[in-house]
Amino acid sequence: MTAATSNVAKYFDDMSYGPAPEADTEARAWLARHASGFGHFINGAFVPSASGKSFDTFEPATGKGLARLSIGDKADVDNAVACARKAQAQWAKLPGHARARHLYALARMIQRHARLISVVEALDNGKPIRETRDIDVPLAARHFYHHAGWAQIQDTEFADHVPVGVVGQIIPWNFPFLMLAWKLAPALALGNAVVLKPAEFTSLTALLFAELASAAGLPAGLINIVTGEGETGALLVDHPDVDKIAFTGSTDVGRIIRERTAGSGKSLTLELGGKSPFIVFDDADLDGAVEGVVDAIWFNQGQVCCAGSRILVQEGVSALFHERLKRRMQTLRVGQPLDKCIDMGAIVAPVQLSRIESLVKKGIAEGAVLHQAQIDLPKGGSFYPPTLLSGVHPTSAVATEEIFGPVAVSMTFRTPEEAIQLANHTRYGLAASVWSETIGLALNVAAKLAAGVVWVNATNLFDAAVGFGGKRESGFGREGGREGCYEYLKPRAWIGRKARTVAPVPQVKSTAGDFALPMIDRTAKLFIGGKQARPDGNYSRPVVSPKGKLIGEVGEGNRKDIRNAVVAAHAASGWASATAHNRAQILYYIAENLSGRADAFADRIGAMTGVSASAAKAEVEASITRLFTYGAWADKYEGVIHQPPLRGVALAMPEAQGVVGVVCPPEAPLLGFISLVAPLIATGNRVVAVPSEPHPLAATDFYSILETSDVPAGVVNIVTGPAEELAKTLATHNDVDALWAFGTPELSTMVEKLSAGNLKRTFVDHGKATDWLDRTAAEGALYLRRAVDIKNIWIPYGE
Amino acid sequence: MEAEIAHRRDTADHAGSITLSNHASLRNPGMPLDLSWVMDTRVNLSATERRVATLPGRRTVKKDAQAAWLLKAVTCIDLTTLNSDDTPERVKRLCAKAMNPVRPDILDALGMGSRAITTGAICVYHRYVGTAVEALGDSGIPVAAVSTGFPAGLSPHHLKVKEIEASVADGAKEIDIVITREHVLTGNWAALYDEMVEYRAACGDAHVKAILGTGDLKTLRNVAKASLVCMMAGADFIKTSTGKEGVNATLAVTLTMLRAIRAYEERTGIRIGYKPAGGISAAKDVLNYQFLMKEELGRAWLEPDLFRIGASSLLADIERQLEHHVTGAYSALNRHPIG
Repeated sequence: MTAATSNVAKYFDDMSYGPAPEADTEARAWLARHASGFGHFINGAFVPSASGKSFDTFEPATGKGLARLSIGDKADVDNAVACARKAQAQWAKLPGHARARHLYALARMIQRHARLISVVEALDNGKPIRETRDIDVPLAARHFYHHAGWAQIQDTEFADHVPVGVVGQIIPWNFPFLMLAWKLAPALALGNAVVLKPAEFTSLTALLFAELASAAGLPAGLINIVTGEGETGALLVDHPDVDKIAFTGSTDVGRIIRERTAGSGKSLTLELGGKSPFIVFDDADLDGAVEGVVDAIWFNQGQVCCAGSRILVQEGVSALFHERLKRRMQTLRVGQPLDKCIDMGAIVAPVQLSRIESLVKKGIAEGAVLHQAQIDLPKGGSFYPPTLLSGVHPTSAVATEEIFGPVAVSMTFRTPEEAIQLANHTRYGLAASVWSETIGLALNVAAKLAAGVVWVNATNLFDAAVGFGGKRESGFGREGGREGCYEYLKPRAWIGRKARTVAPVPQVKSTAGDFALPMIDRTAKLFIGGKQARPDGNYSRPVVSPKGKLIGEVGEGNRKDIRNAVVAAHAASGWASATAHNRAQILYYIAENLSGRADAFADRIGAMTGVSASAAKAEVEASITRLFTYGAWADKYEGVIHQPPLRGVALAMPEAQGVVGVVCPPEAPLLGFISLVAPLIATGNRVVAVPSEPHPLAATDFYSILETSDVPAGVVNIVTGPAEELAKTLATHNDVDALWAFGTPELSTMVEKLSAGNLKRTFVDHGKATDWLDRTAAEGALYLRRAVDIKNIWIPYGE
Repeated sequence: MEAEIAHRRDTADHAGSITLSNHASLRNPGMPLDLSWVMDTRVNLSATERRVATLPGRRTVKKDAQAAWLLKAVTCIDLTTLNSDDTPERVKRLCAKAMNPVRPDILDALGMGSRAITTGAICVYHRYVGTAVEALGDSGIPVAAVSTGFPAGLSPHHLKVKEIEASVADGAKEIDIVITREHVLTGNWAALYDEMVEYRAACGDAHVKAILGTGDLKTLRNVAKASLVCMMAGADFIKTSTGKEGVNATLAVTLTMLRAIRAYEERTGIRIGYKPAGGISAAKDVLNYQFLMKEELGRAWLEPDLFRIGASSLLADIERQLEHHVTGAYSALNRHPIG
């Protein structure tokens, strides 16, 4: 008692906190049971890796070994995929209610073992037990509950969709367990089976989860965990029997995955990096905003893809804000992950620590002012202090590169416009945080930020019902909510589409004219920025009937024409903020004007394609109907209001993706064009369309319809010419946000591969023919969903 | 008086010079009413709530540290009886408890037997100030009197001033005034400032705590603005509530008031004390208040010259926790002398 008593007096005098360690007995016991090494978890049991190769995983806070893990090679991945394939067939046949029961059981199981999972996660990742216990694990359980619900109502809510099949999932080390939940819950709920590769630094909670799930009665083969490093992930990405890859990680790796899966037909979700702005206006609750920074960049040691790492503060309050921020930094505590009295734990691995150190050095060299909290760091592990780089210039690497550590950079702005400009001036577009007590200002800025998630007067809030995901090079696809479900489904109407057959373009048979009164010559031009334009190269290409008769010539568009069209499309950005009513009116008006010239279009279609008069007429009528459909949707394709667990709402708003390239299918020269362009412009996108290569005249005839229908200049641009070449220019264009390309399998592959540059959203058909007259396959939500990104704006209430 | 107040409001020349009293901290000389500062005040409710909701996960104390922190809390308690059935004997009993708040054998076991552990003050109505002063003798424990028509604060103004003067005359070293909530609810900051200046003047050398009645003010922005105005007018402490409002001290209100205190120090260099009152009855609750004090304001605000806790039943729970710490067995209320 003597030692203890003196202790009390000491604490009474200095009022320090003292140690408050969470016990790790159970976690260590679990690790001890697997002391001989973990196998992969395949088909409901741990199996040794085929090669017998293994690697060790370490505790970031101490550098001590934690466990031995198997390295998955081809045989292991093959085995896992085969088992998943087998299980998936039966799983998808189960009624939704049966799957809901399993998901529910997994949610309950997580809650029953919450502390064990939390402690293992903290040991393995180095993050504070507070975060695993209070955030990661409860959110994971919530994810399974939420998706149990989707399984239950899948047959009514997603009646026109079927499961994707076998899904390969690759998750990062920053939220190992939460990302596992984000990936597994929707995949399983909607009838898929999974092969998951956890990050090599942090595989343990995935293995623990698989073990517990099996014990909770989940059928074998639905969750297969293959551990290993990048090579193992690559095997999964390349596997021919995997139907989808869902990846969360760095933008660089995401880009590689996009390239490697190009043309494979695999569906893809990429959740990548960010450099998310944290905007503080002069009418913000500054103390609240300072605390927001703590939650933004000193949460999980800043190893958060959506971390508010780029502080933008209005010049007038900058000095005060920085003073208060620095003061706050000084009270942060960095310590052992299992200490219940800390704000930050360890960086995940020495390699990450040195990356952070070198980036900060670089930032200082480039003129940033360094401020680090003068606080004690534990010895021995990978620790880094809370860091602020202020006065960062936009040219500095730290202003644009994701540091992925506890390092915020800051700069000032003068006006809301400048704040938006600075915020959006990045390749990324994952998240943003806006701090202002003025509702008009905060919501206006939120609406204008290029980000998948915006938090108003808050940061890093998550919920299973609210979709999460980025724009631009932060990736595509959403996790959570209804939109997240679609990532694990495919349209029933597209099953069984056959490979497209395209008749070869006949040779032109030259025929001399006669002495009858000739038709007045008409020159079909390109249509750029609302004006008819001659092609840059000033060459033309012939348009030939099936019988080889020359029926016209169109401009031979080239890369410069595409460039000009993209510029014009960007200049028409006002279209996205035009009222939905206005967009609807214009779509109806286009239909009206097309109807007035229906016969001429039918004749043209007939002449170009050789279809019967009735078939040509049917195509025109279907085009008119389709325009009406999207006129109808223009003011009805709306967002939803989520009610996440906070006093407030999250607005899920569909937003135009921006400038979208459209490479039209060779067939159905008018209807194919309308079917792709109309949903895009209905939702506020601006389009650069490459019409059917063999039959472009329906589209060039169409620009006079556009001219008479009040379509603002630049909203629809038409560039005729060689489809594949023009598609290539669009795919590599870094100012094109999305690309829809219908045609050959080679076109799809090329478009997907080259779009990796700026990670534009792609929509391709892999050479499968769409029946454009079939409304279930060729119009409606299937297209509208691909024309927008959902932005979730979190708005807490309260005074 | 009116003229003098107007003068104070309009010029930087504030009366009270900085003097030491029986408290360790400096008096707050106040400053002219700065309305633009008051009007610039922004408080985001959700952000405030998130901070206080996550703090218990970020800070905790265990074992010896916890015992020490709880013992420190004892020294900050304004042991209070403010009931309509109070009597002199009841007040004397409370004073005895204030002088010996923790059983000596427990203090010995904690190695704290040599420290003079008392509560921070005794807090009573004016009627019992004399009784308490006499009962506390030379213990050094100050007597605080609630005043100015506590708890509603709606008595005639001149009587409120007289009440303060009477309590000071009876030996109260601290006066807990209640503000006129109407002034806050109607945005009449000048009126709030003026009454506070007069209360402060009437207190003389006695420290003045301004009770905001935060449960009546409803919004955190009101709380923040009222805090600022009272500090500008010379309050030495700002205090949440009378204990009689529907909602008393909360962590969100506390955070808001602490940030106002910090902002005041940021501009003036003057440290203002804080007193949450009402609703803090469990040891684990008071620890969260202490964490907030330390995190938001710093170590200095854990001592009784800058931190008081208005409570009546908290002490009993702390005593049980301390005995549990010493013996390892859960304690019972009847093992500790009643207060």
